[in-house]
Amino acid sequence: MITLAGVGKTYRLGETDFAALMDIDLLINRNEYVALTGASGSGKSTMMNVLGCLDTPTVGHYTLDGEAVAGLDEDALAGVRNRKIGFVFQNFYLRARASALDNVAQPLIYRGISPAQRHARAREALTRVGLEHRLMHKPNELSGGQRQRVAIARALVGRPELLLADEPTGNLDSKTAVEIMELFSELHRDGLTLVVVTHEPDVAAYCHRVVRLHDGRIAEDRTQIPVKHVSAAA
Amino acid sequence: MTTNTINNVDMGANRVQSSFYAVQECLRSALASIRAHGLRSFLTMLGIIIGVASVICVIALVQGLSQSISQQFQGLGSNTLTLRADTPLEDALRGKRNRLKVSDLDQLKFRIEGIRNVTPVVFASGRGGADVRNGSNIAAGQMFGTTESYQEVQQTFPKYGRFLTDSDDVTRRRVVVIGEQMRRDLKLPENPVGRFIQIGSEWFKVVGSMEPRGEMFGLSQDNYLLMPYQTALAVTGVIIQPDLWVIFSVADLNAMENIKDRVTSLIRQLHQIKPGQPDDFKIEASDTLAKSFKEISTTITLVVAGIVGISLLVGGVGIMNIMLVSVTERTREIGIAKALGAPRQFILMQFLIEAMVLAVIGGLIGIALGYALGFGIAKMIPNFPDPAVPWWAVVGACTFSGLIGIIFGILPASKAANLAPIDALRYE
Ligand SMILES: Nc1ncnc2c1ncn2[C@@H]1O[C@H](COP(=O)(O)OP(=O)(O)OP(=O)(O)O)[C@@H](O)[C@H]1O
Ligand SMILES: [Mg+2]
Repeated sequence: MITLAGVGKTYRLGETDFAALMDIDLLINRNEYVALTGASGSGKSTMMNVLGCLDTPTVGHYTLDGEAVAGLDEDALAGVRNRKIGFVFQNFYLRARASALDNVAQPLIYRGISPAQRHARAREALTRVGLEHRLMHKPNELSGGQRQRVAIARALVGRPELLLADEPTGNLDSKTAVEIMELFSELHRDGLTLVVVTHEPDVAAYCHRVVRLHDGRIAEDRTQIPVKHVSAAA
Repeated sequence: MTTNTINNVDMGANRVQSSFYAVQECLRSALASIRAHGLRSFLTMLGIIIGVASVICVIALVQGLSQSISQQFQGLGSNTLTLRADTPLEDALRGKRNRLKVSDLDQLKFRIEGIRNVTPVVFASGRGGADVRNGSNIAAGQMFGTTESYQEVQQTFPKYGRFLTDSDDVTRRRVVVIGEQMRRDLKLPENPVGRFIQIGSEWFKVVGSMEPRGEMFGLSQDNYLLMPYQTALAVTGVIIQPDLWVIFSVADLNAMENIKDRVTSLIRQLHQIKPGQPDDFKIEASDTLAKSFKEISTTITLVVAGIVGISLLVGGVGIMNIMLVSVTERTREIGIAKALGAPRQFILMQFLIEAMVLAVIGGLIGIALGYALGFGIAKMIPNFPDPAVPWWAVVGACTFSGLIGIIFGILPASKAANLAPIDALRYE
């Protein structure tokens, strides 16, 4: 699914270069559930952006779902993001003036899908995250947890291969965080590949594999039996 | 490659359809964003509104004026042509004078289809001119000799009495019909039929007075006198080669140019003018005056349109300014759109359409306002004709505002489209 080989990312800060990522070799298989952890400033978000084709690595090779992504131009990358990747951000990043339904339908606009079909699929995705009764609500009429669910529905609506979440529970209380993580576990069970950036051990505990970054390098990469998991009955 | 795969992967929407949905979405979001900042959008449009309103106002007034003038001219027969002899300057200096022949008239009548009425006209004032007198009252108007069909050609008819007849002409009767102004100058009664007036030393009986035609550019159109054609020749003593001209009306206005060409070749043939030699005559439309007014009004319109066009550019800069602000404000939103897979051209189109919609709405408001303004002004001036907004002004104003929107939208839109997704997303 994901192959990173010798990936590095350096930022130019005036005269000096700052390496946010260095010598990253990483292989993530389909339907893995990976936690990306590390101290603040260790490069987690940078890694996420590279994985999500939002940013291009300075060096190295990145193959996503069999496609060499590193050499693609901006519009091609936009296409990859649209088709293969779903994003969930810490700050939700919803459009304030649009309803939940319109927010969720947005990625489908760029596929040239008719408004009726967009809305049908958005409704489906919102139902999937349990918000079928909040379709017309604006983000500011929703709770934090509901907003994050809308964002997750938006990430799912395009039926991506990969879901990337950067601190998805960072702005939520612990109870809501548990709900979100359980939703992620369900999605994982349904076959999705997930990479979740977090510095909370409670969140990482849901994952099957933990990759820890330290100063832009992979310091640890271990698999684990998820401490908490969705019961088969859920 | 990307857009293609996107379309094919998902539901097989075809290219035209998906472009349509994209434009639809851009329009929707443009309207939403304009509505979201109602006051600001209105203020942004103000430059365009004022510019378009002033163009439309001026055009409406000038067009209204020129329409009412053309209507006045219609009575003068805008479907008439005048054929007169023309002497090139060189020949004129040598003392030569070209003349139309009396036979030209008959040829015109019988050989050209589509001519409705033909009448010859000559000056009846003779050399040195002659006064028209009624006792001690003297009038100085134009005197013409013509025939019965003059009234049909010129669409001017007697108010009292009768017009000149063919029998008047054949017998060279000493009769005249007079225009309203001439009647007044001669202090003749309202109905002057049966009165006698003196032209030079000869006495004429007034058999009719014509319907008044009113004033044009402050000149009376009714200060004239008509007598039979043959009478005029006899009175002026130029019987052999009179300096006549021919006025004729065409049945179908659209055939005007065609008939003009046919008359030209006929007269050239009759006058035995060899190819390459210049015409010894010319054909004029009798609505030259109306035309020259139209030209003046067109010039005014164009000049005003030009000046206001410049003010519209200022309006465009206003739009550009606000769009740039808007792009900055919506950097995060643009970042989200890009993260979700919006290609550059979509963002570009979104902002271009927004600028265009902004400008076109301003243009539409401006058209309405300009028309209302023109109407108000026209109503305030007594006797001023109603304003008229021609369709080309409306279409032009819309197109021009739209164009302004697009041109001044390009910079902000490309600024938005060129934002790097990650920077836009991180923008605080
Ligand atoms: N645009 C940039 N320009 C320069 N340096 C940057 C830029 N973005 C990130 N960095 C630097 O790269 C390093 C890694 O940043 P990153 O955002 O990936 O950290 P993080 O692990 O996500 O931290 P946190 O847990 O606080 O979110 C930091 O030291 C940061 O200062
Ligand atoms: Mg981070």
